[in-house]
Amino acid sequence: MTRTLVTVFLKEIVDNLRDRRSLASALIMGPIFGPILFAFVISLSIERSLDDVEETMELPVVGQEYAPNLVRYLESRNIEITDGPADPDAAAAAVRTGLHDVVLVIPEDFGAQLAATRPARVKLYSDGANTQGGREARRAARALSAYNRELAAIRLSARGINPLVLRPINIDDIDVSTPSGRSAMLLGMMSYFFIFALLMGGMYLAIDSTAGERERGSLEPLLSLPVTRTQLMLGKIAATGVFMAFSLMLSLLSFYVVLKFMPLEKLGMTPNFDLAVVVAAFFLLAPFILLGASLMTLVASFTKSYKEAQTWISVVLIAPTLPILIVSILTLRPQLGFMFVPSLSQHLILVDMVKNEPLNGLHIAISVFSTLVFGALLTWACARLYRREGLLG
Amino acid sequence: MIKVDRIHKSFGNVQALRGVSFAAPDGKITGLLGPNGAGKSTIMRVLYTVLRPDKGYASVDGIDVVADSLAARRRIGALPHGAGLYPHLTARENIAYFARLCGVEKGVLDDQVDNIIKLLEIGDFADRRTKGFSQGQRTKVSLARALVHDPQNVILDEPTNGLDVMATRSLRDLILKLKDAGRCVLFSSHVMQEVAALCDDICIIADGVVAIDDSIDGIRERTGCDDLEDAFVAAIHLVAAE
Repeated sequence: MTRTLVTVFLKEIVDNLRDRRSLASALIMGPIFGPILFAFVISLSIERSLDDVEETMELPVVGQEYAPNLVRYLESRNIEITDGPADPDAAAAAVRTGLHDVVLVIPEDFGAQLAATRPARVKLYSDGANTQGGREARRAARALSAYNRELAAIRLSARGINPLVLRPINIDDIDVSTPSGRSAMLLGMMSYFFIFALLMGGMYLAIDSTAGERERGSLEPLLSLPVTRTQLMLGKIAATGVFMAFSLMLSLLSFYVVLKFMPLEKLGMTPNFDLAVVVAAFFLLAPFILLGASLMTLVASFTKSYKEAQTWISVVLIAPTLPILIVSILTLRPQLGFMFVPSLSQHLILVDMVKNEPLNGLHIAISVFSTLVFGALLTWACARLYRREGLLG
Repeated sequence: MIKVDRIHKSFGNVQALRGVSFAAPDGKITGLLGPNGAGKSTIMRVLYTVLRPDKGYASVDGIDVVADSLAARRRIGALPHGAGLYPHLTARENIAYFARLCGVEKGVLDDQVDNIIKLLEIGDFADRRTKGFSQGQRTKVSLARALVHDPQNVILDEPTNGLDVMATRSLRDLILKLKDAGRCVLFSSHVMQEVAALCDDICIIADGVVAIDDSIDGIRERTGCDDLEDAFVAAIHLVAAE
């Protein structure tokens, strides 16, 4: 029994180590592309959030000459005033076509209205469908209302009234999230990368050892040997699992390295991702290997050809995101029931690890146990499927 | 020794085998002859146990292929039709892999692999990866793989398909060697001359039944045709007439 298993296992390992496609998906796809994509997304969001505070914003203004004080005020708020389009109609068109993100239009009677203490009207053109423009418009609006409040205060003071009467309530925003907690939001997608890398690592092995063998015509001679099909299948799943474990370890390590070079502290983030977490995350995700290997083998043995197997396994690659996505959209807090769901439980526990929050031992135990049970069930289903005559296609 | 007794096998609505019976004794070469789609491969697949018969009984050295398929497979070396190799492994590794799975002991494994490589004269390319092998090279390696554990019963499904004259010739010599060693060789083909040149007994299958099962002379006698090809056609018409 064990001799057969070991023989099949070793042959699959050697065979796939020599196969560029298997090797590339185990060594490159998950472990390298994942962190690179991640680093890209993070640096993009760092850039964007830094934009808000520090960078000078450009604001085209139509009719600057009617409100020199306002213009000076805006310039003091790090907003660079540029010449806008010729008239309000041109301003609307420029925003609509994306030439400008925001345009401020000051009418000719602005000064006269102010002098008469009547509300002076200004128009701020923006395109709500344009996220970048939306942020700029909000910033311009904030600056304008600050100017508005300042003028109101001056007017009240001039009439001998304390400007504070206009401020019955003062709102202080207090963000209680810790720096580690804020990182978790961004690093939430990281757990999917690991599951993806893990699956990619074994994908070609799973296909090759079923659909591939069949297409090559090596399955029939193999099945005519004096070994049971269950032994063959277990040897193949074991080899698939080793590739998956390897790919997982590599991608954890490459994340560890990438995070060291990311300027996350600029975002006020200090993710807890040291080597101890790398090791802990490996053991947390390891039970998913059996589940993934048996699931992919199961799918591949249903299909008729290599290509068909590839198509269906791509679906399998996406499936683990679904529970993560649903919980993220509904912003549900971790609870006991979730720990029975593979991929979701690993995601939630990993997020807690990265947030440096105390871990719930029961949650971890349920996650490991339920994932292993699912994996064992699928392996059993694989064994059943392997005994079918139809396996030969 | 292979025995097949009234085997039936259907795939959906298609009746591939409708009560096939024949025997292939040790020390003889038995030819399964028949047109394409007659059921030759199906009967062989039942024998090396990748298909289960719907009805009937088949045995290898007295072992029931359904009840004890594992033991039956131990007595068989099979070359399925269009058998493929592992392209990333060398010819030698391909052969050794099958030897290990057949339970060849570690101590003798290398010797046995070497012997079969010598026997089949594939030493020249034994240590090359099989990717890009010619059809003839592939067939030889597949055959070496099937024979490495020295099985008593050898089942070859259209082994000469795609082989050139020289390769066919050396394959024929090998099959004769197996016969001389007292092995039971079951061999399928749709090529008349090949079967005539090799086989002691011929079992002509058409449309899922045995049309005729006899020695070459017996077949000539029973069909009244001197030419074997005419005899073949006459036997097939016999089935069609029923």
